[in-house]
Amino acid sequence: MEYEEAKQKIVEGLTKKLKTKSKFYFNDLAKIIGEKPRVAKKLINQMITEEVLEYWSSGSTSMYGLKGTGKQAHSEHED
Amino acid sequence: MAKHETPLLDQLETGPWPSFVTDIKREAESRAKNEKNVEYQIPQDCCDDLLGVLELSYKHGRTHWKHGGIVGVFGYGGGVIGRYCDQPEMFPGVAHFHTMRVSQPAGKFYTTKYLEEICDLWERRGSGLTNMHGSTGDIIFLGTTTPQLEETFWELGHNLDQDLGGSGSNLRTPSDCVGQARCEWSCYDTQAICHDLTVEYQDELHRPAFPYKFKFKFDGCPNCCVASIARSDLSFVGTWRDDIKIDQEAVKAYVGGEFPSNGGAHAGRDWGPFDIQKEVIDLCPTGCMRYEDGKLEINTPECTRCMHCINVMPRALRPGNDKGCSILAGAKAPILDGAQMGSLIVPFIKVEEPYDEIKETVIEPIWDWWMEEGKNRERLGELMKRQGFQKLLEVTGFKPDPRMVQEPRTNPYIFWKEDEVEGGFDRDINEFRKHHQR
Ligand code: SF4
Ligand code: SF4
Repeated sequence: MEYEEAKQKIVEGLTKKLKTKSKFYFNDLAKIIGEKPRVAKKLINQMITEEVLEYWSSGSTSMYGLKGTGKQAHSEHED
Repeated sequence: MAKHETPLLDQLETGPWPSFVTDIKREAESRAKNEKNVEYQIPQDCCDDLLGVLELSYKHGRTHWKHGGIVGVFGYGGGVIGRYCDQPEMFPGVAHFHTMRVSQPAGKFYTTKYLEEICDLWERRGSGLTNMHGSTGDIIFLGTTTPQLEETFWELGHNLDQDLGGSGSNLRTPSDCVGQARCEWSCYDTQAICHDLTVEYQDELHRPAFPYKFKFKFDGCPNCCVASIARSDLSFVGTWRDDIKIDQEAVKAYVGGEFPSNGGAHAGRDWGPFDIQKEVIDLCPTGCMRYEDGKLEINTPECTRCMHCINVMPRALRPGNDKGCSILAGAKAPILDGAQMGSLIVPFIKVEEPYDEIKETVIEPIWDWWMEEGKNRERLGELMKRQGFQKLLEVTGFKPDPRMVQEPRTNPYIFWKEDEVEGGFDRDINEFRKHHQR
């Protein structure tokens, strides 16, 4: 899949769910893109590099979110 | 004068063991004095505030740390764990107090120069508090602010030739026992493979795409000094295929009391004269040893390489010559739902550079399976339980082997499939009833 297409899917998919969730597991993203994990990983890494996505980590688990929408943004500025 | 009163923490210092409270107080005091004129980049009194917030947590019986956060160094999904205090007005010194994991060298060999350098760096850019080492093995830098993360990372990478370790849903920093560098029992070069795989799997270490954490650990022999069998998703335990090497003269010397057993490790008390029957032969878990007429014999096919006899008489017994490792999969030691030991997947494999066989036939097929089938936050061991050991054999292509079974009829892993059974699972009930009453 082309990067731009994957990016569009992710941005759309995540924005739609933003009301209920701001953090997503890697597998959720792979499903949205509809590719196997290894292929999805390359695309998602690029989205991190371009700062479309950002990581969130508890220390034991990692999650992904659209830049600026993660849990910290919520907990820092309390919604 | 301490900044906060800490009566509850002070009590922790009265026990018989060295206390982390004392360590933090010492660092707090040293930062307050600043005799070396360090240009502190985070609040000078962060250690005081750390004691303060901990005291408050003990008082309330609740933590005052928030859970996780979006911090990291650019491009890395691991190595930094965000920690924010939920009482930042009371304890501004620890309002941000992020942890950094620094990849430890294979076998944890350091020069004093290097240790001084990382300590100096962390005094300046962090709290000065470290944890050597965390349970995954990394050097843990405890406590810094968000702006210091990139600065610290830059200095680590450029001045100290040092990378961050793994955290989150990543490959965690691989860890190994001291191995052949200092231990003559090591059946392969643990440091070489630990380093090689760390370098090979950089992407897996820094960019989280696994369902959950994944650990490699390397033990040179079944003594398992890094507890790989209990704690790592893939554990590499050194072993050998041929006979334990026996020096009969040395055995006699142990029996005669010339050499102290266990290398003198239990010499603190008089346990009476060494009794080979009681202390070695009778304790062999498989009962495969015999000592008769001054001669020690071992029935190799029965020996499980438990190391007991070798540990007791290291000058008389040594691992054989045909060395390699066993690979076990699926161990974990979680806080919540109970520990699980590794299950044997590869009984024996040679450990030789460039380790292609291990990478291509074990590690990568297992990752492919787990990445596709694993649920979020599911460790490999849990996936193995859920889909069966058989599935693991299928994805790796290893043949079932009796050694994978702990004892007959206890293995929950292997099931017959319909096409492996003559006539399938359907039966002719009328035919059956001819021979069996209702
Ligand atoms: S695990 Fe075995 S080889 Fe490694 S240090 Fe311990 S005793 Fe030595
Ligand atoms: S290594 Fe363990 S199982 Fe093997 S002979 Fe020695 S005590 Fe017995």
